[in-house]
Amino acid sequence: MFDLKNVSKKFGDLVAIDDLDLDVEGGRTTVFIGPSGCGKSTLIRVLMGLIPPDLGMVRFEGTEVNAETAPLLRRKMGYVIQGGGLFPHLTAGENAALMARFLGRPRAETAARLIELATLVQLPEDALGRYPAQISGGQRQRVALMRALMLDPDVLLLDEPFGALDPIVRYRLQTDLRDIFRELGKTVVMVTHDIAEAGFFGDLLVLLRDGQVIQKGPIEQLVHAPAEAYVDEFISAQRTLLDCLEEVPE
Amino acid sequence: MRGRCLAALILSLAWPAGVTEARDLTVGSKAFTESVVLGEMIGHLARDAGAIVLHHRQLGGTRVLWDSLVLGEIDVYPEYTGTIANEILVGEGLEDEDAVRAALGARGIVMTRTLGFNNTYAIGMREGTAAKLGIETISDLRGHRDLAFGFGNEFMDRGDGWPSLRNRYRLPQRDVTGLDHDLAYRGLAGGSIDAIDVYTTDAAIEYYGLRLLEDDLGHFPVYNAVVLYRAELESSQPAVVAAIRRLEGLIDETAMSDMNAQVQHERLSETRVAADFVAEKLGLVAEVREQGWLAQLWRNTADHLVLVAISLSAALVISIPLGIVAARRRRLGQAILAVVGIIQTIPSLALFVFMIPLLGIGGPPAMMALFLYSLLPIVRNTYAGLSDVPPDLRESAEAMGLPPGARLRLVELPMAGRAILAGVKTSAVINVGTATLGALIGAGGYGQPILTGIRLDDVGLILSGAVPAALLALLVQGLFEIAERVVVPRGLRLKPVE
Repeated sequence: MFDLKNVSKKFGDLVAIDDLDLDVEGGRTTVFIGPSGCGKSTLIRVLMGLIPPDLGMVRFEGTEVNAETAPLLRRKMGYVIQGGGLFPHLTAGENAALMARFLGRPRAETAARLIELATLVQLPEDALGRYPAQISGGQRQRVALMRALMLDPDVLLLDEPFGALDPIVRYRLQTDLRDIFRELGKTVVMVTHDIAEAGFFGDLLVLLRDGQVIQKGPIEQLVHAPAEAYVDEFISAQRTLLDCLEEVPE
Repeated sequence: MRGRCLAALILSLAWPAGVTEARDLTVGSKAFTESVVLGEMIGHLARDAGAIVLHHRQLGGTRVLWDSLVLGEIDVYPEYTGTIANEILVGEGLEDEDAVRAALGARGIVMTRTLGFNNTYAIGMREGTAAKLGIETISDLRGHRDLAFGFGNEFMDRGDGWPSLRNRYRLPQRDVTGLDHDLAYRGLAGGSIDAIDVYTTDAAIEYYGLRLLEDDLGHFPVYNAVVLYRAELESSQPAVVAAIRRLEGLIDETAMSDMNAQVQHERLSETRVAADFVAEKLGLVAEVREQGWLAQLWRNTADHLVLVAISLSAALVISIPLGIVAARRRRLGQAILAVVGIIQTIPSLALFVFMIPLLGIGGPPAMMALFLYSLLPIVRNTYAGLSDVPPDLRESAEAMGLPPGARLRLVELPMAGRAILAGVKTSAVINVGTATLGALIGAGGYGQPILTGIRLDDVGLILSGAVPAALLALLVQGLFEIAERVVVPRGLRLKPVE
């Protein structure tokens, strides 16, 4: 799906991505994880062409992502950020349908798609007519997911999608989202700093530090066969959260 | 700069009313009664000679009139020899009248012979006080060091004013106050001041019964009234020039002072007073058409609305794109904000006067000045509104794959709508207020009765311009409040639930 070769990105003296090679395979969920400043948020933006890399190349489905190709390629990507990033001047429905309207898709088709997606993300239909300021944080995140899924993208990219939510809402949304991802069978790329969340969602975890991949593999591998001491340290620091996760019935 | 030229073009296209009207002669006059009366007289005489005349009354001072005359915006206006030598052609070392005529001729301007009176400065005292102290000349003041003087602010500063008068006559008085000319008369009448500066044809001299002290050392320059007109009139409209020249030697000091009094104290119109004078002296029957107050109010309202509507629309068309550019390109943006900011610091009258060489007098230069003043609030608020769009929302729009134009149209401008509208509202209110100054360069509007009211010390007249202007400002503000409900999306007016 994504293919990165020798990608580097600096902000002034700060190295965000350091000569990174990475394949993101289709059909499963890949989670970028690491401490603040490890480059995971920069990485997801580089994938979408929102930030051009200083060196190296990013390909999406074989096409190079650059300033020219990015706008069109992004229509095959759905993006959800912390807090949802909904436009306050549009209703939930208008937010979700904005790109479809811009592309001149037939109204009836868009309306049907809205209902379909509202059912999928379990958003009450009347919430579609409300403005972001009139719905809850969890609902906003569900609308953001609808907006990302509207054009039926090949890949979903999520940057700390649960970061702004309180624990209960967060837990419910996490379970709902995982079910949705399984149901859709889409390629998902997610960024989080929370190892429990990463393990909960990710088929594959990519642990980053200082812009480099420290270890790549399923959660079990990171826990039981850490590539270096740092991996163990990072996981142990959040151990209590991981314990909680283990108590959650599947 | 391109925006400015474009605006100038819009303005000149949008002002066909007064400009394209067929007329033979455009008269100007300064913002005091005597000048307006003389301007009306010129009008009566020229009409009698068959010309169609337009009179721009009470323009804002010597500089405005002189520049307009040289540029051909007006053809003729009444002036004073002292002003020509000491103000207009100052620094050219012109010794006598011939030299002045030659200097004017080089600029394509002709000066008539004197109209018959000298309106210079004089020192005036109450008749009773002067008689009791035996003061007849300015030199006589030297013996009375305790007298209190009150001089107009202009006289305190002028080259031929108080400092040089004191030196010339070696006057010992210490109690000298600078104050408004009209207040000086009241101070004199009330007894708190013993001597003031006056113009020799002031209507107030007779009204307050003043004695004018003889300028026995010949300190004050001569301010003989004359008419200045463009030389080309002599070939294009000889009959009109001949008619204007009938004023030469026709008006003596008493006659002029009487006419000023008729306007100032008897509240007759300048048109009527001028018509009566030429009827009496030259047997000329002049038609006097006077507008009722309602017709005048309507006309002022129409003029004012046109000034505001055109300048504000042009400002909207130009400054929202400027604000967008400023928000998009940081360095160019700083330059744009600096330039519109600097424009705002130019004093309004100065800006109006700057426009005269470019656009003449009347509506267009006033609109241009108002347009320039309206830029800053809109540009700055558009810039601020767009810059305040949260980065995560900007990124969301970009991540969706919307091209830059669509992001601006669908996301950024609607979100900045409230800030932009607030800027427009500020501009509109400033515009309505500042447009009253347009009257100083002949643009009409509510400033017209305000200027006349100040000149005639008529509070009612001032209010007949100031009150509608204030109401119009409120109305415009109200209209934009309503517009806010339409322009600002409902989602932005909601308070978040959490």
